Amino acid sequence: MTQKVVSAVRELTFSQAINEAIRLEMRRDPNVIVMGEDIAGGAGRAHLGMVDAWGGALRATRGLITEFGAERVLDTPISEMGFVGAAVGAAMTGLRPIVEIMFVDLIGCCFDQLLNQAAKMHYMTGGQVAVPMVVRLPYGTRGSNLQNYGGGAGAQHSQTLYSLLAHIPGLKVLVPSTAYNAKGLMIAAVRDGGPVVVMEHKFLGSAAKGNIPEDSYTIPIGRAEIIRTGHDLTLCGIGRMTHLCLDAAEELAADGILAEVIDVLTLAPLDEPTILESVKRTHRLVVVDEDTPTASMARDIAARVAEKGFDWLDAPVKIVTAPETPVPFAAVLEKFYVPTSEQVICVARELLA
Amino acid sequence: MLEPSQYPVSSLFGTGVVGTSTDKRQMANSSNYRAIPRARLLWMYERMTLIREFEETLRQLVSRGVPTGPVHYYVGQEAVAVGVCAALDATDWIASTHRGHGHAIAKGADVRRMMAELYGKSTGTNRGKGGSMHITDTSIGMLGVNPVVGMGVTHAVGAALSAKVRGSNQVAAAFFGDGASSQGAIHEAMNLAAIWCLPVLFVCENNGYADATPVEYAVAAKNIADRAAAYDMPGMIVDGQDVTAVYFAAEAAVDRGRAGNGPSLIECKTYRYYGHHQSDDPLRYRTAEEEALAKARDCIKRFREQVISEQILRGEELDAIELHGRQRLDEAVKFASESPVPDPSELYSNVYVTAHP
Repeated sequence: MTQKVVSAVRELTFSQAINEAIRLEMRRDPNVIVMGEDIAGGAGRAHLGMVDAWGGALRATRGLITEFGAERVLDTPISEMGFVGAAVGAAMTGLRPIVEIMFVDLIGCCFDQLLNQAAKMHYMTGGQVAVPMVVRLPYGTRGSNLQNYGGGAGAQHSQTLYSLLAHIPGLKVLVPSTAYNAKGLMIAAVRDGGPVVVMEHKFLGSAAKGNIPEDSYTIPIGRAEIIRTGHDLTLCGIGRMTHLCLDAAEELAADGILAEVIDVLTLAPLDEPTILESVKRTHRLVVVDEDTPTASMARDIAARVAEKGFDWLDAPVKIVTAPETPVPFAAVLEKFYVPTSEQVICVARELLA
Repeated sequence: MLEPSQYPVSSLFGTGVVGTSTDKRQMANSSNYRAIPRARLLWMYERMTLIREFEETLRQLVSRGVPTGPVHYYVGQEAVAVGVCAALDATDWIASTHRGHGHAIAKGADVRRMMAELYGKSTGTNRGKGGSMHITDTSIGMLGVNPVVGMGVTHAVGAALSAKVRGSNQVAAAFFGDGASSQGAIHEAMNLAAIWCLPVLFVCENNGYADATPVEYAVAAKNIADRAAAYDMPGMIVDGQDVTAVYFAAEAAVDRGRAGNGPSLIECKTYRYYGHHQSDDPLRYRTAEEEALAKARDCIKRFREQVISEQILRGEELDAIELHGRQRLDEAVKFASESPVPDPSELYSNVYVTAHP
């Protein structure tokens, strides 16, 4: 699956891994540019020189402007429709833009550029035009355990929304879950010939750390990964939810229940065979998704397994998702919004009862 | 420059020029033609008449029931596309609108492949996967017809950004209508082009109507070109029925863009002769008198009268150009009707650029 790498490793956070992926691709290919609101932030002012004050809302683009200059690292006005459209046009004419939209919640401001332009250009021009662009979309919230206060950003800055994007033919939708796969998927996304959305969970940015090789490597788009093997049931996680699945599997193992855990990694195109093969072995499936349930990836995966793997199932497919509500503000409410490993364990036990 | 009395409907058309002016643009109409090389004049006539022939042929085909899908005729506005493209190099980019046949032909598209596209054939510009509202030919710098009003303009800004980053010295022209001028994307695009000092020509084709909605209802400013001031760029108003006026304004904007001085806005006052689309009757929302006044200022007729009366071009050579255009359309229809339809497997191709397991 993953390319063999032999370079030195060091510990990086998820955001640092994204940063390194972008940096390596910008060094490799002069046509790679970066655009977004405050992706440098302040650089160019007399007292700062070519040093960013922000480096992106999540600091994932920090330092890029110092190395690559303002012509390739473009701070944009608050103008999503304009700059995502400019990225589409730039991609159509020889560049490979990496665009950061500060939070996925803001895609409403530029949705046509994703829905009708980037996603469909290659198809409707009969293959004549390619739109090799990456759209980085920080998403999600933390959920509260009442020791911390959750994300606390409320209904318009905490959403997940990747199900909306996965619905659009022509867009590839990636959801890395670790620093390691964030770097590999980001590099694969930049090198892909078409539009690729990379969903980055806000609360993995500094929390997820891993030993990351210094060199470039790619993780293949369109492949899910089995990250823990087991034969009693399959837990299928998306993005940050994968960590919940691992926690749940650990706890279930103490009771002698061996859960297999799949990290979906790519929502579109979905790696159906890996999921079906797993269900064929375990006969039970729980999909864990931070998005709301109607028309969601969780339901989509459940439906595909019900449609194509019905004969292998010993129990109904279950989903654990956010409730059908906007994201609440108060910590005590957010606590009940984001799925928890306890919920996953509870559903798993029901399936095996 | 136009006198206000020349406008078909005074409320549709502003007066004067806002923003910076250029010497070339101040030339009187009578001498405009002499200032343009003969070969370019012939090219302008050839392209304008070819656009008209394409659209009139298409109207006949549609009336006979050829299933072309929705089409938006460019008839009446030929001078705008041709005047702008005459000022561009082959390697420059244009982004087009839903009313895009004229832009494609002006930039050099092959009418046979365009017609084949409208017939949904595999030999079409888009291999039968786009239709009238997505005609694209990047080999001639035509980034695509775009029927989501205003979006193509943002792509032109991206193409200009691409030219700047790659140091290619290309410029990009974005066509948009008076209707699109109210779309937020266009304002964002103008602001970006201005702050990044990009070589973009924002070409507004003010034909008086967005579908059936008149411009004086929908646009708060007296002239759309007035909005250039908000983005610190020159705004020019030209007679869109005079190909030479459009050409000189576009040339000034191209020079400015290539010199690294940023974008320009050119508002071309023009008129579409037919309805918004093939089955729209414009007399439901505009008068026959207004149409007659507009058609009296027809861009092709004026061009022909002017170059003949000034003894720059001869009637016979213009006749030969028109005849050749008709022959090309006959060939185009034959080519389109005889071309194969796409293989059913084409439904599934080109969804992604790179396939994955």
